[in-house]
Amino acid sequence: MNVPLPVFVAAPLVAAFVLPAFGARLKSAGTFLANVVVLALLGLSVLLLGQTQVYEVGGWSVPLGINLVLDGFSALMLVAVAVVSTAAMLFSIRYMEQYTAKTKYLSLFLLMVAGMNGVVLSGDVFNLYVFLEIASIASYALVGFGCDHEELEASFKYMVLGSIASVFILFGVALVYGNTGSLNMAYIARAIQEAGMNSGLALALSLFVAGFGLKAALVPFHAWLPDAHPSAPAPISAMLSGVLIKALGVYALSRLIFNVFGVSVPIAWVLIALGVLSMVIGVFLAVGQWDFKRLLAYHSISQMGYVVLGLGIGALILARDGNRMWASLAILGGLFHLANHAVFKSLLFLTSGSVEMATGTRQLKQMGGLVERMPLTRAASAVASASIAGVPPFNGFWSKLILVIAAVQARLFVIAAVTVLVSLVTLLSFLKVQRYVFLGELPDNLRGARESKGSMLLAMGFLAVLCLAMSLLVLLPGLRETVLQPAVDVLLAGVGYSVTLVKL
Amino acid sequence: MNAMLYALCLLLFMIGLYCAVVKKNMVKIVLGIVVMEYAVNLFLIMLGYRVGGTAPILGAADADGVDRVVADHFLATAVDPLPQALVLTAIVISLGSLALMISICIRTYEKYGTFDITEIRRLRG
Repeated sequence: MNVPLPVFVAAPLVAAFVLPAFGARLKSAGTFLANVVVLALLGLSVLLLGQTQVYEVGGWSVPLGINLVLDGFSALMLVAVAVVSTAAMLFSIRYMEQYTAKTKYLSLFLLMVAGMNGVVLSGDVFNLYVFLEIASIASYALVGFGCDHEELEASFKYMVLGSIASVFILFGVALVYGNTGSLNMAYIARAIQEAGMNSGLALALSLFVAGFGLKAALVPFHAWLPDAHPSAPAPISAMLSGVLIKALGVYALSRLIFNVFGVSVPIAWVLIALGVLSMVIGVFLAVGQWDFKRLLAYHSISQMGYVVLGLGIGALILARDGNRMWASLAILGGLFHLANHAVFKSLLFLTSGSVEMATGTRQLKQMGGLVERMPLTRAASAVASASIAGVPPFNGFWSKLILVIAAVQARLFVIAAVTVLVSLVTLLSFLKVQRYVFLGELPDNLRGARESKGSMLLAMGFLAVLCLAMSLLVLLPGLRETVLQPAVDVLLAGVGYSVTLVKL
Repeated sequence: MNAMLYALCLLLFMIGLYCAVVKKNMVKIVLGIVVMEYAVNLFLIMLGYRVGGTAPILGAADADGVDRVVADHFLATAVDPLPQALVLTAIVISLGSLALMISICIRTYEKYGTFDITEIRRLRG
């Protein structure tokens, strides 16, 4: 089916600018409109899975005009964005009633979705930067949405580091344009193939690694994330940890490294190092946390390490001209873990929001015994914890298993062992969450805690079912061929891919 | 000459980065980021600059009978228009983020009564 690609940017963008006109009086109409938009995008993105399309904006052909490119990797990211934004939007219907200015919230939310879809679809580096800024600015405002001491402080910290990252990326774009004379990714890839790397392009690549690394919160660029993600309202934490760091950070970085600059052994080791550092440092920082959402935020850093590690191992095998099947497996593990993390981490943040709404606190030590009062939230949280810790048969187990196998095949035995170890520490950390939040004795002041209702439960249920169902994405060959394999093939094809895409 | 201009541009970028990373005052940090953005904008403009170049516009008289000579002359003298378009976009984006940064600074000042980031430390690192 032919779906015009600009819809993914235009629909949320138009809705974002129409919504403030609704004001407080038509709040429910605005909420309805926002939900319809994200649901429609979910439907459309699922239709596009596994397809390849190029859309020329305004009818201008490629070297002159701007193009939007959809391939397997973009389609996978579009679906991830749509799934998480649908769940977060459903959750917001009730959750955001405790804040004022709900229509402004919805408007910023849709702006962020438009920006992320734009980043994922953009076929040239400058538009990627523009959409990245749209999504980032909306997210800075959403982190500070509560306008209290902590929120403002976190928002400022996030905004300073985010802006520095954006300037780095723009500087990289300028260097690339100066050295290749083009902004289109396919043309840049061809120019680099013909003329080879030079010092300007190498500087651009390192600026991209730093800039997108900051956006993805990889260690050592992670300092802002544990402040920013917990300070946002829970559905926004779910969006930030679930998809924003992936679309703006990991997607953009791997697109540029694999498809534009081309993989090489040094850059593959940079990815592996970033991945292992994030995995290990993230999880050890998470263990000591007693703030529910802060703990989850540190685990996001750790889990993003797995994704980058998978991509790095794939890049290493490709750069050494090793067995492409094992490279394919490593990238599959990374991308599958990316999709899985989007689902289980947003579910964890939604359950933390539901707990916070019922108890009024985020401190683990002040909770306990909530399984009596909130059995359904507890069930959702248990499913998500099992997924993130890699307990079979939930989705997190399969992606981690694939990553370990890939690491062993690449003869990186130490890294394979570290991967398993980090997974065990993650399990311990989530046993602590279950023990302190849901089990144990119910404190007297929480006897009145009430289970969340309606749309909030629906959103959590939707994601919990996905946590189980996504295991089928690797277990059923048919599903794997349509959902994950096209995305893997895009990265495997390397610089050749974007060249065939625009038929040079 | 040209290399020195690029070096100055890089120096401006470094000054901005230093200011954003080292300064303790929120407003100075914001200004540091703005200086970095200006350095990158300047760099983009210089990429398309050409000493003694003309505006990249083909006049009506030229366009009617664009022959080889006119086209060659145009290509030899016109500056590159693309970086100029990019810089316009980049300026608008930095205006948007600057407005948001300054308003967050003002709201933070209302809450804490100071711009000093060493005193604004409720969140542990």
